[in-house]
This record gives sequence, C-alpha cells and structure tokens, in this order.
Amino acid sequence: MLKTNCPICDAQVTLPKNTEESEIISCPECHTRLVVANLKGTFATLEEAPKVEEDWGE
Amino acid sequence: MITIGLLHSTIRGDEKLIIEAAKKRGTQIKLIDVREEIFNRKTYRCDFDVALERCVSTVKGMHATYFYESLNIPVINNSSVTSICEDKFVTSLILQKAHVSTPDFAMVFNADQAQQAIKQLGGFPVVIKPPLGSWGRLLAKINDIDALETILEHKDVLGSPHQKSFYLQKYIKKPGRDIRSFVIDSITICAIYRDSPHWITNTARGGVATNCPVTKELSSLSKKASDAVGGGVLSMDVFETEDGLQINEINHTTEFKNSERPTGVSISGAIVDYCIKVAKNL
Repeated sequence: MLKTNCPICDAQVTLPKNTEESEIISCPECHTRLVVANLKGTFATLEEAPKVEEDWGE
Repeated sequence: MITIGLLHSTIRGDEKLIIEAAKKRGTQIKLIDVREEIFNRKTYRCDFDVALERCVSTVKGMHATYFYESLNIPVINNSSVTSICEDKFVTSLILQKAHVSTPDFAMVFNADQAQQAIKQLGGFPVVIKPPLGSWGRLLAKINDIDALETILEHKDVLGSPHQKSFYLQKYIKKPGRDIRSFVIDSITICAIYRDSPHWITNTARGGVATNCPVTKELSSLSKKASDAVGGGVLSMDVFETEDGLQINEINHTTEFKNSERPTGVSISGAIVDYCIKVAKNL
C-alpha cells in the first residue's frame, strides 16, 4: 500500500499494490477524479485527471 | 514468451482486468502510454509482438494503430476495423450494405436536407448523433421541427467540424433497455442488458448491467455485424424491436468492466487469449 495526498483537498489517498501509472482513481474525500502521474517505488504523485474530450470513448 | 503492448492513454478498470488476465496466463504486458511516445519510424524500437489498442482517445488510438502497423506489428483492432467503427455513419453504411439489420439512418449537412431526410425516415422523433463520439455524449432525441431547428443552429454555431455533419437515425422505442453483446474472433462470448428508464441506456450514463442470454438470433446477428466490419475484439449495441434485433453501434475499444460480474465471463481473458492467438499466427 502506498500513501500519497490528493492535489485538490490534501486528503490522504491510499493506493493498492497493483496500482499502475496513468491509472484513474477517485479521491475518497472530495471525489475528484485523479490520475496517478508518477509511480516510482514507494513514491507516488497524483494530478487532477484530464477532462473528457470530444473523441473520448469506446 | 509473447509480449502484448497495451496502448493506452489512461488505465481504467478495464485495462486493470486485462493486465490481471495476462498475468494469470503468464503473458507479459508492456504498458505504452501513447501520450509519452515519439512515433518516428526511423528511431522507434519495438519490443512487443502484438499491440492491443485501448486508448480512451479515438484520434490518438487511430494514429498509434497506423504507426505500429507500419512497423508490421499486428494491432487489435486493426486500422481498417477501427476506421469503420469509430464513425457511426461509416458503421451504418457497412452494416446496411452487408444486410445486417440496423435502424434506418441518413447523413445531411444542413437544415433543409435534415427535414427531407426525417420525412424519408418516417417522421419525428429521430435521434441526432455526432458521427464521432461515445458514452451517449451529445445525442439528442428530436421530437419536432422546433427542436430540430434549435439543435442544428446550436451545432452550426458552436460545433467543431465533426458536429456539423448531422447523422440522423430513426428513433427506436426500446423496452427500457438495450443489449450489449461481446464478440471476440467472431464468437459472441456473452451479453448484457443495459436497463435504464432514460432513452440513453449507456452504463456510462447510469444504465444498469444484468446478464443477457446469448440466443441464436443474438449470436448470429452479432457475428454477422462483426464479420461485416472486419472482426477482432468488438462489442455490439443491439436494439430489441418489433421486427427483431437490430445493431445500433459497434465499439472497437469496448469497455467491459461492468459486464464480467453479471455474465460470469472473463471478457478480459478472452481478449488476452485472442491477442496471443494473433501473435502466434505471425
């Protein structure tokens, strides 16, 4: 388990072991969509996830 | 050992399931964030056997697909399939030409033609959709001429060039749900109902997924649609109508994370197995 902080509300966010870089998560407190921007060993940083764009989808 | 290059621009729950399924099979996955790559044929070094395109951005996914194919790396889905399925109008054309049951549709570029096309489609209501787009975004059910004029004016003034091509589709009254079938390598492996009181039933818009039995009719229609666009890893959005099942749209980077639990089928596992099969057929 990795612990880091939400860049919006500074709440502590716990990342499970199998977290991947670029993974989208939600802040447990402010519910902002976040992206795991960097993941190196026991160090992780989060950024606000990009807004949905016109060509996004499946 | 086979290595799958998983092309992505974010890791969603779907990609996590694919990564897990590959691990279970002892297959290596290389995560490739296409936003970090430099697609230069003269300098690029490719160290995987097959690419699985899972980009959330259709445009970036399309360019990445063309790039890896130029290096003779097979991409799932290939550029031909993707270029058809990314555009609702092109998909409808291919389906209709292949005699796959699908709602009536037309494409127009201005309001006068839109009125005539709606008459040809049997009158209001109709659905207008951007040819490119997903998750039910910017779909509009148009009930009368006033709404038509308003929507088209807004699109004309505010829209990007894609929004100024008006794809019109006959409105199909659904029984509070539609069907999504998953077709891999021409086999319909499972399906879900997407229940919603709203006429837009996408799970991204709150539709609830439950298991849908794969009937002979559903399996046959889904296979026919898959074959018409070139096959691969696809999902079909299917309407239940008085005249039988109809294919509405085809998804080429399908989301499935909400479908494995109700169906009990490992869609991620089937995707990985198909990647391995394609890699071995090199």
